[in-house]
Amino acid sequence: MVEETFNVEKTKIINLPLTREDVLNLNVGDVVLINGLIVTGRDRVHKFLFNERPKKEQIPFNLGGAILYHCGPIIKKEDAGYRLIAGGPTTSIRVEMYEHQIISEYGIRGVMGKGGMGKQTLNALKENGCVYFHTVSGAAVYLADRVKRVVDVWKLEEFGIPEAMWVFDVEEFPAIVTMDAHGRSLHEEIEKKSYYEFKRLIER
Amino acid sequence: MLKLRDGIVELYRKAATSLPPDVEDALRSAHAAETEGANAKAVLSAILENIRIARETARPICQDTGVPVFFVKVPIGLSQVELKGTIIEATRIATEKVPLRANAVDILTDKNSGDNTGIGFPVIYFEETMDSILTIDLMLKGSGCENAGQMYKLPIEELKAERDLEGVRRCVLDTVYKAQGRGCPPYILGVGIGASKDQVTRLAKDQLMRKLNKPNPDEVLARLEERLLIEVNQLGIGPLGFGGMTTAIGVRIGVNHRHPASYFVDISVCCWANRRGRLIW
Repeated sequence: MVEETFNVEKTKIINLPLTREDVLNLNVGDVVLINGLIVTGRDRVHKFLFNERPKKEQIPFNLGGAILYHCGPIIKKEDAGYRLIAGGPTTSIRVEMYEHQIISEYGIRGVMGKGGMGKQTLNALKENGCVYFHTVSGAAVYLADRVKRVVDVWKLEEFGIPEAMWVFDVEEFPAIVTMDAHGRSLHEEIEKKSYYEFKRLIER
Repeated sequence: MLKLRDGIVELYRKAATSLPPDVEDALRSAHAAETEGANAKAVLSAILENIRIARETARPICQDTGVPVFFVKVPIGLSQVELKGTIIEATRIATEKVPLRANAVDILTDKNSGDNTGIGFPVIYFEETMDSILTIDLMLKGSGCENAGQMYKLPIEELKAERDLEGVRRCVLDTVYKAQGRGCPPYILGVGIGASKDQVTRLAKDQLMRKLNKPNPDEVLARLEERLLIEVNQLGIGPLGFGGMTTAIGVRIGVNHRHPASYFVDISVCCWANRRGRLIW
């Protein structure tokens, strides 16, 4: 249970869509529980949005203030609709070359995935008022159980299940802010520290 | 072959939904070692909780059910062509029934085949054995960690890595430093050393099938594995890259003979979800 894993008293509740003000209140290290609609998008979605630049009204759901979740889920089609079986985060750095433009063009306020992102995205977070959430890598059923419903999907035929854009209605979906809108990145800090240790270990 | 086919479907289910006990034990120790209240500890509790839910509800531990890699030891006289057909058929059924995520994408059309089969997909390595039993080992290798792997051609001046085990040590540290938290640590690192590129990559993968609680039978390699595990953890990348005590829970090294002119080192990085299983027939 989320309550037993993360200290709920210290967590911040986030209700979507996010505003610039919400985002500015978040800092590296904050644990958040997310409520509302999140949209998935991974390699192909990013390549498509970056190169084809569809207009906002061509996309069947609103990305303004949304969280874009780097996730390629396992989903089964059943009579009652789509059922999410497993859905943890995928490695975010692969979309580093696209993300900055997508954040500014579509007004996304949160990017969620795993492993963190680079300098270009960090700058875009600061310039546009956006934040990077790191959720629990590999915890695919734990996280799927925080998704109440699969609400909608776009580009399913063309991109296939893992690469389509899915809309999930989530409740108390846990994540940790690792890159904030104030220019701070936990990933940059860890990399610096590990570089120092690495150099020490290979010194002669 | 029908019963064998169903056995392989079950092997898929078990590998995808139930983490081997030696890996889970190592993750429990990692959890105990992290600081109370730290995010590194919280994410490890979530991981342990996830492992439990996946097993109890028979759902895949991770949504990336990866590239299936088979290591098959075939008794003399058993047809590899037929076995390959059975594995492919079982893969289609398992994708639907477990379910697995369909991960096989055509390079030319970018279309997902929808059933985890395609050219060279799944990966199957056959080896003939004098034994009378058929042994099928399966690993579901997630691609987040697969992308974190590296190959080295020694010597490498920047790392001051010469053609010796000290050079290999430097390569392993370099790989983990470059991987940071992107491939889902705590990692298990498979290392293959030898003469040709194709052979060392396979050897490195093969190491990831070894149990974490069984030391290397070669004393020199066992010592290097132990030393590297300590040193990798000194990098401080920690669980999922949040910083902390445990960046890896295992280092596994395998060697082949090499050519006087070649010294290849391949490092296969595996995420904490080291999903593997064995079927004996």
